[in-house]
Amino acid sequence: MRFLKRFYVGIIFFFLYAPIIILMIFSFSDSKFRGHWGGFTLRWYVELFRDREIMSALYYTVLIAVLASLIATIIGTIAAIGIHNMGKFGRNIIINLTYLPMLNPDIVTGISLMILFVFLKVERGFFTLLLAHITFNIPYVIFAVMPKLKQMNKHLYEAALDLGATPSYAFRKVILPEIMPGVVTGLILAFTLSIDDFVISYFTTGAGVSNLSIVIHSMARLGINPSINALSTLMFITVLLLLLIVNKRSSNNSRKENAV
Amino acid sequence: MKKGWIAYPYVVWLIMFIFVPLLLIVFYSVIKTTDQGIVFTLEHFQRFFEPIYIMVLLRSLYLALISTVICLLLGYPLAMILASKDYRHKRVLLLLVVIPMWMNFLLRTYAWLTLLEKNGVINSFISFLGLPKMELLYNQGAVVLGMVYNFLPFMVLPIYSVLIKIDKSIIEAAEDLGANSRVVFRKVIFPLSLPGVVSGITMVYMPAVTTFVISRLLGGGQFTLIGNLIEQQFLYTGEWGFGSALSLIMMILILFSMAIMSKYEKENEGGGLF
Repeated sequence: MRFLKRFYVGIIFFFLYAPIIILMIFSFSDSKFRGHWGGFTLRWYVELFRDREIMSALYYTVLIAVLASLIATIIGTIAAIGIHNMGKFGRNIIINLTYLPMLNPDIVTGISLMILFVFLKVERGFFTLLLAHITFNIPYVIFAVMPKLKQMNKHLYEAALDLGATPSYAFRKVILPEIMPGVVTGLILAFTLSIDDFVISYFTTGAGVSNLSIVIHSMARLGINPSINALSTLMFITVLLLLLIVNKRSSNNSRKENAV
Repeated sequence: MKKGWIAYPYVVWLIMFIFVPLLLIVFYSVIKTTDQGIVFTLEHFQRFFEPIYIMVLLRSLYLALISTVICLLLGYPLAMILASKDYRHKRVLLLLVVIPMWMNFLLRTYAWLTLLEKNGVINSFISFLGLPKMELLYNQGAVVLGMVYNFLPFMVLPIYSVLIKIDKSIIEAAEDLGANSRVVFRKVIFPLSLPGVVSGITMVYMPAVTTFVISRLLGGGQFTLIGNLIEQQFLYTGEWGFGSALSLIMMILILFSMAIMSKYEKENEGGGLF
């Protein structure tokens, strides 16, 4: 039974990782054609940094993700505090509307924004892409922050004011530290969604501004430049290391807590 | 702290970028431009009922259904095994389920081309064994495979998070009362895990119905799904009216099924991802 379980888990993980491993292996293959092994090489890793298209896509991907997640976190956190303090009626309407982009298929969100930009005669490009990313990020921030506000003691803020704190001082010293875990979760969530988005970006960007997903999509028909494989190998290993470090640290922490 | 007004900038944003765009979809779906200017019409919705388009919708629903069932059959046992292991192992294994999602999803799907194509890795292996090569790509099977591959973690995680919360003493109680492991599963574990199963099904089925990338890459464009159809209307044929009508129909279908699902979840304490 134990063997069967191990075997099953092994098979599933093989299924999940086979394409990723294949992709990594072929990033070292000295051949432009996919699936054809032409001997070991590191040239795709060198060419990667010379490839204008990929480098520009990487630049836009990271820039958009950083800007969109930061702006969305600011707007979303303020909005969450406001919504938290609203009357029941207003709150319900806003919360339901906020759910919409999370529930709606990406393609509908993307198309609706594209129609809006065309309707308003805004030329699609960096600015519209950023607006779209902020728009789909905000709900995730709001729903990450809201539970923390609910858990917070209502009277803490009032107590701070009674003790002579100005509202902004009380916000910085009382509310913000309390909701910080939610804010950070929201920020990370927004960043990862933004980095990985294809569908919404595809409909809301214009000529000259592409993120990595769009470049990969346009390459897919003719065959993907092996430099992309090299880039994703590098990105994948970075993420893997980061996750392992975080995991190691948090499991060390929990062991310490258990020991205490 | 009674300042609701600080949410107003967001409310403006909400109206501008969520509410108005959706209204525009509704608007474009019921108008057409003629010589007399813009007139009201329902012809875009009528067009949807042509057999060829109904077929596309049915195919999308059907392929998504098959993928969801496969995800459930593969994912449930995995979630159970992960939930039963000891503490340290569990974290790492769970992380291993999530990590593939950190690689670009287009690229992961594209990598399957290398595996499945005529002279790909799997066929090379098969012919190495002396067997005839198989057509693995550009068929329904490949599309379903792509969906299962991409969405399997969305099935495993919610089920796992519900299973891990089940009180072990309930299971022990059932065993003490003479239930064998099969009965324990059927009468105790499975019913308690249903909320996770429901959110897993939602999280797999919805993106599977609306995808247009997987069907394009692995189906080779022969398997038009509703997502492909919508994309075509907006980016290639320029028939925004029909495209908007299709988007609206799909949106209503999905929000409707979401409402049913969430009603169910509220009754049974949900097992969401977050």
